[in-house]
Amino acid sequence: MRRTRTAIALSLAAALTLAACGGGGDDEPAEGGGAEETSAAGGDGGGEGVTIGIKFDQPGLGLQEGAEYTGFDVDVARYVADKLGYSEDQIEFVESISSQRETLLENGSVDMIFATYSITDARKERVAFAGPYFVAGQDLLVAADDEEITGPEALSGKVLCSVEGSTSAERIRDEYAEDVELYPAQTYSECVELLSAGTVDAVTTDDIILAGFAAQDQYEGQFKVVGNTFSEENYGVGLPKENDVCEDVNAAITEMIEDGTWEELLAEHTPEGFTPDASLNPPEVDGCA
Amino acid sequence: MGELLGSYDILGAFLVNVRLTLWSALFAFVLGTVLAVMRVSPAPSLRWAGAAYVNTVRNIPLTLIILAASLGLWGQLGVELAGRDSGDFIATNSFRLAVLGLSVYTAAFVCEALRSGVNTVPAGQAEAARAIGLGFGATMRLIILPQAFRGAIAPLGNTLIALAKNTTVAQAAGVVQAASVMNTMMEFRPDLAVAIFLIIALGWVAIVLPTGLVTTHLSRRLGVAR
Amino acid sequence: MSSVIFDAPGPRGRRRIMAVNVVGVLVVLGVLAWVVWGLARQGQLTATKWEPFATASAWENYLLPGLVATLKAAAIAIVTANVFGLLFGLGRLSEHAALRWVSGAVVEFFRAVPVLIMMLFFYNVFAFSGAVGDPAFYGVVVALTLYNGSVIAELVRSGVHNLPRGQREAGLAIGLTPAASLRLVELPQALIAMMPSMISQLVVILKDTGLGYLINYAELLRQARLLGSSNANLLPALIVAAVLFIAINYTLTTVAERVARRLDNRVAGGATIQEPSIEMETPMPRSRT
Repeated sequence: MRRTRTAIALSLAAALTLAACGGGGDDEPAEGGGAEETSAAGGDGGGEGVTIGIKFDQPGLGLQEGAEYTGFDVDVARYVADKLGYSEDQIEFVESISSQRETLLENGSVDMIFATYSITDARKERVAFAGPYFVAGQDLLVAADDEEITGPEALSGKVLCSVEGSTSAERIRDEYAEDVELYPAQTYSECVELLSAGTVDAVTTDDIILAGFAAQDQYEGQFKVVGNTFSEENYGVGLPKENDVCEDVNAAITEMIEDGTWEELLAEHTPEGFTPDASLNPPEVDGCA
Repeated sequence: MGELLGSYDILGAFLVNVRLTLWSALFAFVLGTVLAVMRVSPAPSLRWAGAAYVNTVRNIPLTLIILAASLGLWGQLGVELAGRDSGDFIATNSFRLAVLGLSVYTAAFVCEALRSGVNTVPAGQAEAARAIGLGFGATMRLIILPQAFRGAIAPLGNTLIALAKNTTVAQAAGVVQAASVMNTMMEFRPDLAVAIFLIIALGWVAIVLPTGLVTTHLSRRLGVAR
Repeated sequence: MSSVIFDAPGPRGRRRIMAVNVVGVLVVLGVLAWVVWGLARQGQLTATKWEPFATASAWENYLLPGLVATLKAAAIAIVTANVFGLLFGLGRLSEHAALRWVSGAVVEFFRAVPVLIMMLFFYNVFAFSGAVGDPAFYGVVVALTLYNGSVIAELVRSGVHNLPRGQREAGLAIGLTPAASLRLVELPQALIAMMPSMISQLVVILKDTGLGYLINYAELLRQARLLGSSNANLLPALIVAAVLFIAINYTLTTVAERVARRLDNRVAGGATIQEPSIEMETPMPRSRT
C-alpha cells in the first residue's frame, strides 16, 4: 500500500507543482487573452461597465502596448463609450480575433466590437451593426522607395504576403495578376517583418491596417501605402442582434465626425500623407434596421 | 458535403504531407547518423557539439524551429531554396524550408534512436573489432552501425510516425497541407466540422497505422537476436 | 558502451583529435558569425529591437502572462492526460474483451491523429458553438489531453506487461483476484517505472502548447508575437521565447534523468520502461576515456 501511495504521490507531484504555478496567475486580470475571465464581467451590458472587443495586434487600430491599448478603433470606441455615459475606467477591453467576433457578441462576452469589422450581409444574419465609422479599401504596402508597384496589376512575378485564409490575396491573383507569388503568413506583423527585410515585395489588406504599420515608430519612413484601393470595406460597430444602443452609437459617430474628432484621430494614428478614399470618407452612418 | 469535398483537394493536401515526410526522413536520417557518430566519437568537441545540438533542439517547440526557418533563414538571412523564376517560387521555397526545419528537428530524435540502437550492441563486438586493429571509423562503419540500425528499427519507426504527424506544423511556414485545408474547410462550413475532422483524421490513421505495422514487423524480422 | 568503441588515443590520435576539435570550433564559430552578420545587416541587432526586453512592461504584460498561460495549459493537460491515460490503460488491461477493444481503438485513434489537427478541430468547434469562454484554451487542453493521455495509456499497459510474470503469479498465489493483483501489486510498480517517461511526457506537453500559436492561444509564443507587433521586433521576441522554452524544458529533462536513475532499483526486475514515441529518453552514455 505504501508503494501505491508513493507512486501516485510522485506522479502527481510534478503535475501539481506546475498547476500551482499556473493557478497563481488566475487572480490577476489576464492582460493577454483573458476572454475567459471577462465573460463573467461582460454580458450584463451597461449596468456597471461596458466590455468592448478590439484587436490586440494591429498597430494604429487596436494594439496592446504594455498595459495600454492604442489605435484608431480603440479611440473611436472610447469616444462612443463616453457618449453612452461610461467613464474611462468603466471600459474593459478584450481581444476579439476575426474568426470569433460573431460568437463573442452572440454569447454575450462583449457588448460591442470595434475591430476592423466589415459590415456584410452574411454577418448581419448573426449580429447587428452601427456605423460605419470608416470606409477602408484593399490596398498594398510596399517599400518607401518602390516606384514599380503602383497597384494590383503591377504585381506580376512579385511576392505578395497576406494572412492565411484571407480572401484578399486570392482576389489579387484571380482578378489582377495571375502569376503573383502568394506567401500565406500567420499574421500581418510577420508579413511586415518580411517586407522590412525585403523578402516579400508587397503586403495586402485594408489600407488603414497597412497605414497603421507604416506609422509605427520603428518602421518610420520604411514603407508607404500605395493609395490605389480596389475594394470597399465598411467598418461598423458590432452589436448583439438584440440591443437598444444602436441609435445612440450612430448619434455618437455622427457627432464625432461633425466635431472634428474623427479627422483628428485618423491623423494621429496614420502616417503623414495617408488619405483614405475621400469619396467615401468620412462616411454617413446607416440607419439601424 | 460532397460538394464541399469536391471543392478542396484533400488528397493533394495529404500528398504534400507525405512528400514532406519522405524528404525530411531522408535528410533527418543522414544528419541524425552523423550526430550519433559524433556523440560516441573520440573527439571531445564533437561529442560536446552533438550533445548540445540534441539537448537544444529537443527542447524547442517545433513551431519555433519552423518559424526560424521561414522568418529567420528566409525572411531575414535571405536564404532561398528555390529558383526565383521557377513559376512557383514561394510554394517550392516554403516547402523546402519546412523540410529543412523538420529535418533539423527530427535529426535529434534519430540520433537518440540510433544511440539506443548502439546500446543494444554488446561491448564484446567493439572489443573484438579493436582487438583485430580496426580504428574508430572502421569499427563504427563495419561493426557497430550495421547492428545499431537493425536494433534501432522500432524507435526509428516511432520517429518516422512522429515526423509524419509533425508535417502538419509546416503550416507555420505557409505550406498548404492537410491541416490548413481542414482549417479552411471548417471556417467555411463550421456546421460540418465533425464530419470534416473525421475524414481528415481517418486519413492520418490510414497513413500512421500501416507505417507502425511495417516497422514493428521489420524490427522483429531484422532485429538481432541476442 | 561508447568508451569501448575506440582505443585510448596515442600521440598521433591525440594530435588528430586536436585538429578535429579546432575544425569543429571553427565551423561552429563560422556559422554563428554568418547568422550574426546576416541579422546585423537586416538591423535585427540594433538596440531598439532589444531594449524592450529590458523593460518591466515587456515581462509584466506579455512574457510572464504568456509563460503562465503556457504552464497553466500544460499543468491542466498533464493532470487530465494522466487520468485519461490511467483509465484507458487499465481499460486495455481489462478482462472484458469489449472494454479492451474499445479502449484500444480510442487509444490507437488519438495516437495516430496529429495534435495540431485535433487542436484546430476543437478550437473551431468551441469557437463556433460558443460553448466555452476561451475556445483556444480549451482547444489546446483537450487536444493535448487526448494525445498525451493515449501515450500514457500505452505507457501504463507496457509498464504492466514489462513486469516479471512472477509478480502477478505471486499476487494470485496469496489469494488476490486478478483485479486486486493489478491494483495492489502490478500497477504501483508500473507507475514507478513509468515516472521518467511521464516526466519527459511533461516536456512534450509543454512544448506542444507552442502549437497554440497557430490557433491564437495566449501562450508564450503568441504573447511574444504580440510583443513583437507592439515593438516591431518579432524576430527578437521569438528568440527570447525560444530561450525561455529551452531553459524550462532542459530543467525538466534533467529532472527526468535524475528520477530515472533513482527509481531504477525500485521495481522488480529493475526495468525502466521506455515510452513508445519519438521523445524517447535514453540514459546518458557513460563516456569515460
